[in-house]
Amino acid sequence: MTTILKKPSTFYEVFTRKPDADKINTHYCPGCGHGKLHKLIAEAIEDLGIQDRVIIINPVGCSVFLYYYFDTGHIQVAHGRAPAVATGIKRVHPHSIVISYQGDGDLAAIGGNEILHAANRGEHITVFFVNNAIYGMTGGQMAPTTLPGMKTTTTPRGRDIHNEGYPLRMAELIATLDAPVYVERVALTDAKNMAKARKAVRKAIQIQVEGKGFAFVEALSTCPTGWGMNPPDAEKWINEVMTKYFPLGVFKDISDKVEPVKFEKKILTAEDIKKAIGVNGSEVTQVKKYQRNTIAEKYKNPKIKIAGFGGQGILLLGLVLAQAGMLEEYHVSWLPSYGPEMRGGTANCHVNISESEIASPLVSIPTVLIVMNRPSLEKFEGTVKPGGVIFYDNSLIDIEPSRKDVEVVAVPATKIADDLGSTKVANMVMIGAYIGYTGILTKESIFDALDIMVKRKEFNELNRKAVEAGMEFVV
Amino acid sequence: MPKQLMKGNEAVVRGAILAGCRAFFGYPITPASEIAEAASLLMPEVGGVFIQAESEVAAINMLFGAASGGVRAMTASSSPGISLMQEGVSYAAGAELPMVIVDIMRGGPGLGNIAPEQGDYYQVVKGGGHGNYKVIVLAPNSVQEMCDLTYLAFDLAEKYRTPVYVLADGFIGQMVEPVEFPEPKLPQIDKTWCVDGTAETRHNLITSIYLAPEELEQHNLKLKKKYERIKREEVRYEAYKVDDAEVILIGYGIVSRILKSVVDTMREDGYKIGLLRPITLFPFPEEKIRDLAKTAQIFFVVELSTGQMVDDVKLALNGMREVKFYGRCGGMVPSAEEIIEQVKSVFEETEKEIEHQR
Amino acid sequence: MQITLQKAFIKINKEQCKGCTLCIETCPVDVLKISDKFNSRGYHYAEYTGDGCTGCGVCFYACPEPGAITVYKRGAIVDEEILKSFN
Ligand SMILES: Cc1ncc(C[n+]2csc(CCOP(=O)(O)OP(=O)(O)O)c2C)c(N)n1
Ligand code: SF4
Ligand code: SF4
Ligand code: SF4
Ligand SMILES: [Mg+2]
Repeated sequence: MTTILKKPSTFYEVFTRKPDADKINTHYCPGCGHGKLHKLIAEAIEDLGIQDRVIIINPVGCSVFLYYYFDTGHIQVAHGRAPAVATGIKRVHPHSIVISYQGDGDLAAIGGNEILHAANRGEHITVFFVNNAIYGMTGGQMAPTTLPGMKTTTTPRGRDIHNEGYPLRMAELIATLDAPVYVERVALTDAKNMAKARKAVRKAIQIQVEGKGFAFVEALSTCPTGWGMNPPDAEKWINEVMTKYFPLGVFKDISDKVEPVKFEKKILTAEDIKKAIGVNGSEVTQVKKYQRNTIAEKYKNPKIKIAGFGGQGILLLGLVLAQAGMLEEYHVSWLPSYGPEMRGGTANCHVNISESEIASPLVSIPTVLIVMNRPSLEKFEGTVKPGGVIFYDNSLIDIEPSRKDVEVVAVPATKIADDLGSTKVANMVMIGAYIGYTGILTKESIFDALDIMVKRKEFNELNRKAVEAGMEFVV
Repeated sequence: MPKQLMKGNEAVVRGAILAGCRAFFGYPITPASEIAEAASLLMPEVGGVFIQAESEVAAINMLFGAASGGVRAMTASSSPGISLMQEGVSYAAGAELPMVIVDIMRGGPGLGNIAPEQGDYYQVVKGGGHGNYKVIVLAPNSVQEMCDLTYLAFDLAEKYRTPVYVLADGFIGQMVEPVEFPEPKLPQIDKTWCVDGTAETRHNLITSIYLAPEELEQHNLKLKKKYERIKREEVRYEAYKVDDAEVILIGYGIVSRILKSVVDTMREDGYKIGLLRPITLFPFPEEKIRDLAKTAQIFFVVELSTGQMVDDVKLALNGMREVKFYGRCGGMVPSAEEIIEQVKSVFEETEKEIEHQR
Repeated sequence: MQITLQKAFIKINKEQCKGCTLCIETCPVDVLKISDKFNSRGYHYAEYTGDGCTGCGVCFYACPEPGAITVYKRGAIVDEEILKSFN
């Protein structure tokens, strides 16, 4: 048993970080509850032997300067964001013991979202919530926990529930969530309540040390200055008035039931990493050399626009061309329809396959237009470069292109696909027709591209057939 | 050379992981969501952290926490989300935390639309949050650069202990191109300043508070010095066919790709025209611009905005040369042909003027 | 020399006391009082009346100041010097 109760060693001996001349005393007003909670936390850290591991998240509020006092790691953060910051640091350093310390403005008002979600994720952090029913630091304005009728500098006539609503009971709120392990409300007042508070503080930290999860202790705390009371009266007021609205007690405790989490660090080599994110090269390394076809000059370096309904596989059509082009060691780019062009369930994409570096990936004047529905033909026919080619699915498009200065290739792609067993592969028929007609890419590279692009390999048998059917159609 | 075909947004995550990034915090928003999606898939595979935060405010603060731990960490969002993150960026700049933020810009103001725009230049390059701070801003114009500049961003962030943005537009994020990936880095945590829950870092403090005015002024001056060093050492740009150019086009991101086509086409027609593409938006290549003014008469800025970066071009030139501007916004993207028309009229105007002067 | 205390003591560091009186209010045996004198920061500080402390520790937890109160319980082993400073 401790026979001497003295300043816990978790506190700095001298508060050198304090900018004013007094490096011995705290900046708190006489009798302020913050100091009482500090002492309990400092003592618990000392007794649990975890000082080196502790990182305290300093909020905005009267307790903004926790780092003056606690000889632990510290992060000072924006108003209300402590639980989010605590989440970030705890997740990357699970071995650390992260303590978030927040006032009622910080936690229940501006940081309402952050605390709810940190609690709901069951972050392995310990939260101390100082409920003094007021904004101490900024001079005694209303807090979300200000009692009805209570006068503050922004409720000069007393908190009016019709204007300001009711005080928020955070402990009760948090306790309704599934993830939190332990939620208790204590009062930093008389000896009996301090004994309970001391136990709660320890338990809340212990839970984190054991890897059990989220612990939350709400502490009813005096603000003698903001309340305009002397400290003993302020404590009496908590006991007699505040606890009526904010009952003390344990609202949730499943610490006996939860399984502790063991945090293990994955140690990876450079090779592991490349493999894990799919850049190790095995399936992507250029293993093959493709024998390019001889290509007529006019079909070289195509700027391709592909358009149709969403669901016709327009984007995949373009991706396969780009992938095959890359395999054949061309410069390639693919750009999906995006923005205003995307309206009305139509899809289009821009593909460049080029012997030289591609400047603009946007195809505004295509040399090749592949269209699979009538609106697309109508919309883009006029944009095709004179001397270019239009491939259109004449099993779906009931008009003919009117341009006379371009080549026109009608491909009943959907019909051919249907005959093969699925209208879904009409896009593949179009690929076949395009490469068969122009010779721009080989069947081999298209097939290999399909193997790379299509996740469900069983589809590729039909896809290949469709490509071949398209090629046959144009010979 | 092994290359992989990939979407810009996915290349970002791979570039980040290869740079040693092991934590991602984000909130879904089009057109940046694929970044979070890819991170959710890949981060756990490399022992990293992925959290879908409850908001961008929370995401940037989670990032603040992870960065405080000395771990390479990032977030990604799009314009409205970046607006919400500005608080955290200001705190991070003040606390000198390295972090990487990817902004895939979309149309604004307000909810605007999800189409590509470059309307975030002001809010990203000029600060956005409160206080005297700057952030390094890298502007990729290809999928390869989405990877490479993200990879670089982590090094710069750590070197200068500052937030670094990768500022791209919806097009660059959605585009698919071949990428060659760099080698993985396995960075060590710098225990001299971070907090990681060990004895070595127990005395470290991450804060943006400097209560005494003298101290805060000193801190600001220290930051200013850092930004000046960044200005000296980190300017990056691409100058394309500028040597004899009378007209210099200036654009970043997707616009620079279109402008390259403009230059190529107009050069074929005999126009003396070149392109300057800022790769770093802060630091801005102002010296290079002044240098180009020795030969070039006209600077023609094209943006997917009503004119934001153009201000920096004007500041760089300080009235030395005429600065023209052409912008489309709301998701409207000018074609090369459209720009060529604009630029030609500038050439014509100048010729007329010259004749007039004769 | 180390001495084992036969009697509990409490020591109040007057410079670290803010005179909030919480300890005085809470002491079960009423052995604390506010001093007529004030410390260097102008606070009338709390004082031990000098006898009767049971070492219960209640005042220690009642006090918001980190180092204002030290409680030496019976059986505590302390340096003789410290003991002297009480008297
Ligand atoms: C974004 C932002 N808004 C407002 C403030 C001003 N502010 C500082 S502390 C505070 C309220 C603190 O009250 P509380 O969290 O209850 O802490 P207390 O001082 O009562 O312990 C406010 C509103 C701020 N610092 N940042
Ligand atoms: S204003 Fe209130 S909460 Fe703040 S230090 Fe003073 S008493 Fe404590
Ligand atoms: S230890 Fe107990 S008896 Fe002694 S002064 Fe303190 S409260 Fe009174
Ligand atoms: S509780 Fe502490 S600060 Fe208050 S009077 Fe007693 S010793 Fe002084
Ligand atoms: Mg408060």
